[in-house]
Amino acid sequence: MRKTVFKGTALPLLLLAPQLAITAIFFLWPAGAAIWQSLLQEDPWGMSSEFVGLRNFTEVLAQPEWRGAAYNTLIFSSAVAILAMGTALFLAVQADKSIRGANIYRTLLIWPYAVAPAVAAVLWLFLFHPSIGLVGRALNEAGIAWDYKLNGNQAMLLIIIAAAWKQVSYNFIFFLAGLQSIPRSVLEAAAIDGARPVRRFWTIILPLLSPTAFFLLVVNLVYAFFDTFGVIHALTGGGPGKATETLIYKVYVEGVQNVNLGSSSAQSVILMVLVIALTAVQFRFIERKVHY
Amino acid sequence: MRRRFLAKAGLAAAAIAATRTQPAAAQAPVEIQFWHGLPQPLGGQLEQVVAGFNASQSGVKVLPSFRGSYPETMVAAIAAFRANTAPHVVQMFEVGTGTMMSAGRAVKPVHELLSESGVTIDFNDYLPAVRGYYQASDGKQMSMPFNSSTAVMFYNKDHFKRAGLNPDAPPRTWEELAEVLKKLKAGGSASPMTFSWPAWTQVEQLSSIHDVPLATLGNGFDGLGASMQVNNPLMVRHMNNLIAWQKDGLVKYGGRDGAPDALFPAGEVSIAMASSGLRSRITREARFEWGTAMLPYYSDVGGAPRNSIIGGASFWALNRGPQGGRNAAEWKGVAEFYRYLSQPEIDAKWHMETGYVPVRRASYQVAKATGFYDKNPGSDVPIEQLLRGGETGPNTRGIRLGGYVEIRNVIQEEMEKAFQGQQNGQQAMEAVTQRGNAVLRNFERQNRG
Repeated sequence: MRKTVFKGTALPLLLLAPQLAITAIFFLWPAGAAIWQSLLQEDPWGMSSEFVGLRNFTEVLAQPEWRGAAYNTLIFSSAVAILAMGTALFLAVQADKSIRGANIYRTLLIWPYAVAPAVAAVLWLFLFHPSIGLVGRALNEAGIAWDYKLNGNQAMLLIIIAAAWKQVSYNFIFFLAGLQSIPRSVLEAAAIDGARPVRRFWTIILPLLSPTAFFLLVVNLVYAFFDTFGVIHALTGGGPGKATETLIYKVYVEGVQNVNLGSSSAQSVILMVLVIALTAVQFRFIERKVHY
Repeated sequence: MRRRFLAKAGLAAAAIAATRTQPAAAQAPVEIQFWHGLPQPLGGQLEQVVAGFNASQSGVKVLPSFRGSYPETMVAAIAAFRANTAPHVVQMFEVGTGTMMSAGRAVKPVHELLSESGVTIDFNDYLPAVRGYYQASDGKQMSMPFNSSTAVMFYNKDHFKRAGLNPDAPPRTWEELAEVLKKLKAGGSASPMTFSWPAWTQVEQLSSIHDVPLATLGNGFDGLGASMQVNNPLMVRHMNNLIAWQKDGLVKYGGRDGAPDALFPAGEVSIAMASSGLRSRITREARFEWGTAMLPYYSDVGGAPRNSIIGGASFWALNRGPQGGRNAAEWKGVAEFYRYLSQPEIDAKWHMETGYVPVRRASYQVAKATGFYDKNPGSDVPIEQLLRGGETGPNTRGIRLGGYVEIRNVIQEEMEKAFQGQQNGQQAMEAVTQRGNAVLRNFERQNRG
């Protein structure tokens, strides 16, 4: 690829300016404010403010509730990523086959992505609510004690399914595009050599899909960390007890419900560091195994 | 010559400007921003009350604006105050009272507002349980009581008849209630009882009705140094009862806040402890005979039953921002608005339309005179329950704890853990005490200054 070299620095800077401005306004500024706020202790009204150094951080990390939320986030994020990617890969492989009406299936599979998180949550609520939900009632009538309002594991299962369902479409599009970009000739050559479909999938398709899969892994984890607030808020509100309170939900509870700005900021700074570290690790170690 | 012309032109321009602004200045009403947290249909009814005030005079115009749920409205007002754009008046739910009381000069107390504006409101006529909730410990009115409710017990008379119980004799004590629940279960009720707002109906109301402290320093009225006291024998006993009844299928835990509200009108439960404000929904949706009763009490606790405490919200006047920034005309406008709201006719109409309780004795009389309680039997139960036991005392006037929004959630979480079988009543109440105290100490530290 030919590199374009600009003369001087004015034009390149001008061309970069919109993106830099967006980064500054929507990331650097709020992130900086959060870091500053995390070092303060303030009353809700902001009339007395005291610099307390790292005390907010040490207090947060000492909380059993925070560690509980971190554990929930670990379970939730990995389950959502595995479930959403696994399902999407399966569907994409099926939709990639030459079948009648493939376009209709593909379109239908993309639809859930257009549904807002809160609306998605309400749809699942109407399915799984123990007394008004279709599936919830059926489960109880079949003798399975289904009550996600009181059973923490069931609540966790429900938000995992709802959050993963929202993300399947997105993954599906990328997997399908990845599958379609695999050269037919390679697969045909393997077939002639006697490789059966399952073997072709594991030895050819999957390695060639790995750049897509890696990209999706990063995106899915970030999604599970940050974008699942709406689903959790509308379905369980973090309960029962604190069974479905993830780190991002705890930031909301602490900052918006309890107006505890110092602690909430400290938690969001910790979360930011965690996600930066996670993404760095992924690029550093997992990307090596990816074939481009 | 030329100079004179210029001077004339200047005068003329000034005159034009004056004619443009002067009539406007004389007529332009003082605008009062009013943020509220009531969704439809209640929000619309509240805005009609405001429209009534605007139509009643021309000097003040109150501009209502819905800002989401109560907690969202509270946070919006706090954020606006920090940005120097706070509304004049904000509706704040009762659990936010402790936070508001510690807001210092962010808040303009009602007593100050009224004396500076020369407006009088007879707070002595207000129900003690209502006015006391919003008073400083020295008895000065801090916020303007308006939409108040309390918790009552709704019961399904058809289910009572089916179980062979007298539908006109609801249980009065928890001991009677326990027997009734068993009979209802035997009579075919899958889930005899549920309760909404778990912390409010099962912990706060129970403490007040039995005259038992929920926290030290008069439930926090006397200072920020208060500590939780819910690990008392009565509270532990009640929790253990609820856990046992839930295990036996006599009580159904329906979720936090108002989530269980849907169960009673749908006929899924026979008894529901819920806000008196649920009445209008039950009237609309229930396809069965139902009744209203007071919350039960343990008959062996001396002094019980006392009054229940209120829920709902009150109105707080706010400064524009940390530097103050309001003039006398604006405060006077707020005072006039409050005076309008305090009129018994306005209050009685609001009570009869919405299911909130009348906040004044005079309004109660107005509603009585219209025959409202004859046409709607049981709708006076919440008022009678609030008036039970005379004047309020340190344990029965309400809760005044900073960060109480958070503590309520702590109570709900620990109750949920207990209902899941992870802990007993004693452990749950110890956990609430410990976690609640952490919140209280944190709030105390933030508000030292």
